Amino acid sequence: MAMAFDRPASATIQNPPHSNKIRWGELDEDDGEDLDFLLPPRMVIGPDENGVKKVIEYKFNNEGNKVKITTTTRIRKLAKARLSKSAVERRSWAKFGDAVHEELGSRLTMVSTEEILLERPRAPGSKAEETKVAGDPLASIAKGGAVLMVCRTCGKKGDHWTSKCPYKDLAVQPESFIDKPSASETTVAAAGTSKSTTYVPPTLRGGGDRSGTDMKRRNEENSVRVTNLSEDTREPDLLELFRTFGPVSRVYVAVDQKTGVSRGFGFVNFVNKEDAERAINKLNGYGYDNLILRVEWATPRSN
Amino acid sequence: MRPILMKGHERPLTFLKYNREGDLLFSCAKDHTPTVWFADNGERLGTYRGHNGAVWCCDVSRDSTRLITGSADQTAKLWNVQTGTQLYTFNFGSPTRSVDFSIGDKLAVITTDPFMELTSAIHVKRIARDPSDQTGESVLTIKGPQGRINRAIWGPLNRTIISAGEDAVTRVWDTETGKLINESDKESGHQKTVTSLAKSADWSHFLTGSLDKSAKLWDTRTLTLVKTYVTERPVNAVAMSPLLDHVVIGGGQEASHVTTTDRRAGKFEAKFFHKILQEEIGGVKGHFGPINALAFNPDGRSFSSGGEDGYVRLHHFDPDYFNIKMGSLWKHIILELHEAID
Repeated sequence: MAMAFDRPASATIQNPPHSNKIRWGELDEDDGEDLDFLLPPRMVIGPDENGVKKVIEYKFNNEGNKVKITTTTRIRKLAKARLSKSAVERRSWAKFGDAVHEELGSRLTMVSTEEILLERPRAPGSKAEETKVAGDPLASIAKGGAVLMVCRTCGKKGDHWTSKCPYKDLAVQPESFIDKPSASETTVAAAGTSKSTTYVPPTLRGGGDRSGTDMKRRNEENSVRVTNLSEDTREPDLLELFRTFGPVSRVYVAVDQKTGVSRGFGFVNFVNKEDAERAINKLNGYGYDNLILRVEWATPRSN
Repeated sequence: MRPILMKGHERPLTFLKYNREGDLLFSCAKDHTPTVWFADNGERLGTYRGHNGAVWCCDVSRDSTRLITGSADQTAKLWNVQTGTQLYTFNFGSPTRSVDFSIGDKLAVITTDPFMELTSAIHVKRIARDPSDQTGESVLTIKGPQGRINRAIWGPLNRTIISAGEDAVTRVWDTETGKLINESDKESGHQKTVTSLAKSADWSHFLTGSLDKSAKLWDTRTLTLVKTYVTERPVNAVAMSPLLDHVVIGGGQEASHVTTTDRRAGKFEAKFFHKILQEEIGGVKGHFGPINALAFNPDGRSFSSGGEDGYVRLHHFDPDYFNIKMGSLWKHIILELHEAID
């Protein structure tokens, strides 16, 4: 049995309402028909492969305006049922039981809004869910081109910047990093391999100061690359130049070991990302020691 | 495909049955009221009011005039399909679980549950052409299986009755004598309760589904195990396509597949298997609860599933369902040919 789902007709008015060529009060029915030659002919764009049929008609509406009416119909066959004679007869049976008082609006029988497919089984390891990016809340946030808000203190994404972190007290003072970056790295490795029975120094126990080392890594994300440095620029120079923008956790200047001369670039790690951003904005193109500095975000190094 | 959702039942579905011509679908549920729907668009035609307990099973006569239902209220009732009036009530001493009309609709087999001192039993009743001549006397009563008999159907030419139930054994009984002719093998057969039974269109083989998470295909004459289909879920319902070599298995909770981020309708699916290759073809999701009933339209072009969620979902297959290619089919046929020749 074929079921046709009609789409509502859409009417578009071609002429603006105020230019009445024909005054309807002076028209009778016959006059209206005589003017049909003014109308373009009716067009039927027959059902295409999706079953969509368009009928375009032109009429005069009540105000005498030419109106184009487009009716789009999609005929969808739900099922091809070849009914036997008795089945056809059964179709006209009266309703009984609880179905007697069925209101027209009762939603007992509905067509599913979702298209359900016979899903072929997938190889283990590949999931259908991987393609559904929209389900991931992070993806929807980043979609508009907005920057992903990462708080370095609590590690929560998409909620607040580090300076606005409700858990600010977890942050460790930045000066400690400049003194012992290598020391903390080696001790972290050692803590990972040691068993629970051996002594674990307080700085390396779970929780608490553990955030210190994590913070250090997050600082690397706020790394600023400075290029076109003069030959004798060293770390203290960069520190002095950049500390006006905010606390700096680390500075580094690449130096050629053989000649002792600066290779012309270095890195500055800010504690706060906004400080880094301001530094970039202010110092990029700044004249320093007769050279124009280039200051930008450093690309993350692959560890 | 766009399934048609029919929410006529307030409680979980227990059974679904199409009439012979495939234009009517009968649904039974725990809400005491079997319902009949038009099988093409899911429009409700009527309900059969009268039972006082969950309705477990139903069957419709070949001419679609008589409906028989079995209910937990210890009765089986005969109804006029068209008007919904009750024609006769068979009374029993315990809840009735399964009903089936014989070929020719002159007899019906009704099973009753074990209850108090009564053991489970299979009753054969004569069905009179004229409802006023109907009596409740039994032609045959078979006792023997331990535990509940979940399903009993007529075998080919009404010569045998096939039953299966809680003791996991599938049995074949002789209709003339009431004696046990054949029994399924205990090792290769099901290990847990058999919940459902479905026969092929030509009666040459039938399918059983069990809580041991598998469905098995048996030869009707010899009761040899032919195929086994393994799923991850206890099986509540099975159905066989009359058109293609597909079997459908519906069941309960999937232990491993619990994801909370699925936006889709419902996660319980009816699994399609290739009957001969025993390979999974795919699944049709949608139910919000375990699937308790499955039925194929006799023309093989649509099927319906009934769930614990009270919904009946009627699916008309897309054209590409009929073109499903199983890659290993040819290899399998060639291998079987070689075995036959050697």
